[in-house]
Amino acid sequence: MTDTSYSLAELVIVACAEAFRDAGEVMVTGIGPLPRIGAGLAKLTFAPDIQTTDSESLYTSEPVPPGKRQAEPEFEGWASYDRVFSALWSGKRHALVGPVQIDRYGQANISVIGDHRKPKAAMLGARGFPGNSISHPNSFFLPSHNKRAFVESEVDFVCMAGYNPARYLNGKPPAGLDLRLIVTNLCVMDFGGPDHQIRVISLHPGVTFEDVQENTGFPLARIADDIPTTPAPTAEQLELIATRIDPNNVRAGVFKDNPAGNRKAA
Amino acid sequence: MIDKRMTIDEIVDQLSDGMTIGIGGWATRRKPMALVRAIARSNLKDLTLVAGYGGPDVGMLAASGKIRKLVFAFVTLDHYPLEPHFRAQRQAGAFEVLELDEGVFHWGLRAAAMKLPFLPTRVGIGTDIIRQAGFDFKMVKSPYADGEEFVAMPAIAPDVALIHAHRSDQRGNLLTLSPDPFFDELLVRASGKAFATVERIVPTAELNMRENNRFNLVERAMITGVAEVPHGAHPTSAAPDYHLDLKHIKAYVDSAATPDAWSEYKAKFIDVPHDAYVAAVGGAATIEAAPAAIY
Repeated sequence: MTDTSYSLAELVIVACAEAFRDAGEVMVTGIGPLPRIGAGLAKLTFAPDIQTTDSESLYTSEPVPPGKRQAEPEFEGWASYDRVFSALWSGKRHALVGPVQIDRYGQANISVIGDHRKPKAAMLGARGFPGNSISHPNSFFLPSHNKRAFVESEVDFVCMAGYNPARYLNGKPPAGLDLRLIVTNLCVMDFGGPDHQIRVISLHPGVTFEDVQENTGFPLARIADDIPTTPAPTAEQLELIATRIDPNNVRAGVFKDNPAGNRKAA
Repeated sequence: MIDKRMTIDEIVDQLSDGMTIGIGGWATRRKPMALVRAIARSNLKDLTLVAGYGGPDVGMLAASGKIRKLVFAFVTLDHYPLEPHFRAQRQAGAFEVLELDEGVFHWGLRAAAMKLPFLPTRVGIGTDIIRQAGFDFKMVKSPYADGEEFVAMPAIAPDVALIHAHRSDQRGNLLTLSPDPFFDELLVRASGKAFATVERIVPTAELNMRENNRFNLVERAMITGVAEVPHGAHPTSAAPDYHLDLKHIKAYVDSAATPDAWSEYKAKFIDVPHDAYVAAVGGAATIEAAPAAIY
């Protein structure tokens, strides 16, 4: 059964959850509310083996809701900073991260806009992006699909390696490079086009391929002439999100005015 | 009997212009802020700051004009993702940077701790980390049959490490009681000297090492000096003793709004001895009453 009244945030959560469908027994990290709730949804439904954390130093038996906690979660293990790198360098992790810029190769940036020595905008710094990108699967969420985010040439500072032959060693992509999904406010994409070209695999209701292409700084592939619509959340998924994964409704604050997921109906 | 007890000022007297100083902790957790404030109000200059996991330590020293070069992987206040003072100074081109991945940063510390010139890693391949102006990264080829090429991550060896821990005895036997020690141990091992501020200095027996040995950060031979500085990590957290003070973090963030706001903040919270600082932020009881932050 499909609930027809769902928000864009909830549509994105369900799309993010898909990134973890076949993740196996690995650490998952969803950066930002929607990827985190998406990881929680995956854990409570089709990917029960994944390990979530309290966003500090402990693994939890159940996903921890963003915001105020009703009760202390049950802890199932220690995820100290040291161990996080041991785990991620081993490949047993899947991260869903939120870069500020991404390019046609999947190279991603959270460091600076402009020149690295004297940036126009200094952001966080590379964080763990370089190591993540060559160690384990990575997926992305970008809340505003536009040409400032999906840039025309390379990102201003390549924090995360991508499928860019010009940066390969000895002509081969880094062994651990495995970029999976890109979820945005318009669509879901993967790297399944020719030579890892970014490809639209589903369009959110009411969005056309042309809408997506116009807001992207590079040419996109398409999975089929007739691109599927991003699956709407089921009533069961909406219930789990509302009661167990995001009871504080943090998801409602992610997109301005918390728009409906089905723009056709709106 | 070894006695490594010092004061904040005695530790700062051990520092000199142009030094490479490593700072432990992680963003808003267990930063040796009393020492950072003492450096900020000192005459020290041209420091190379090694702060892989940067927070208000980096921002405060940047705003105070102390940094010549910053070695880091990120600077954030977590609940306020963008550190405003770091941001402003970085955008002004006020200091050079060597930007690293947060995992490979600890690899550099580990190399220095083991007295190795480098350690091989795949981290950095395919990125601008290995193409930046801050350092000329070299590659190294596996001598074995695989022949794989790696980034040779150079040793990161600060002159001095500054960390904050919970307990110590006068000999420098430390307990770091927080949920995560981060890479303070490697920072200490990588550095020429290491100074720790601690919440309390207690007799060795009170460390209860039979029960607490897993919290013993590093053997005392690596620790040069310890200073008893209650609330010395404030406004960052030193859980379980006290938590992040989000109210003060907000005041600190607001101080980046204008030069006047910064002068006011500096006069009230930095250009004063630690006791006066604790009083200015509301006193010990207020610090200890802050609820645990939610992530």
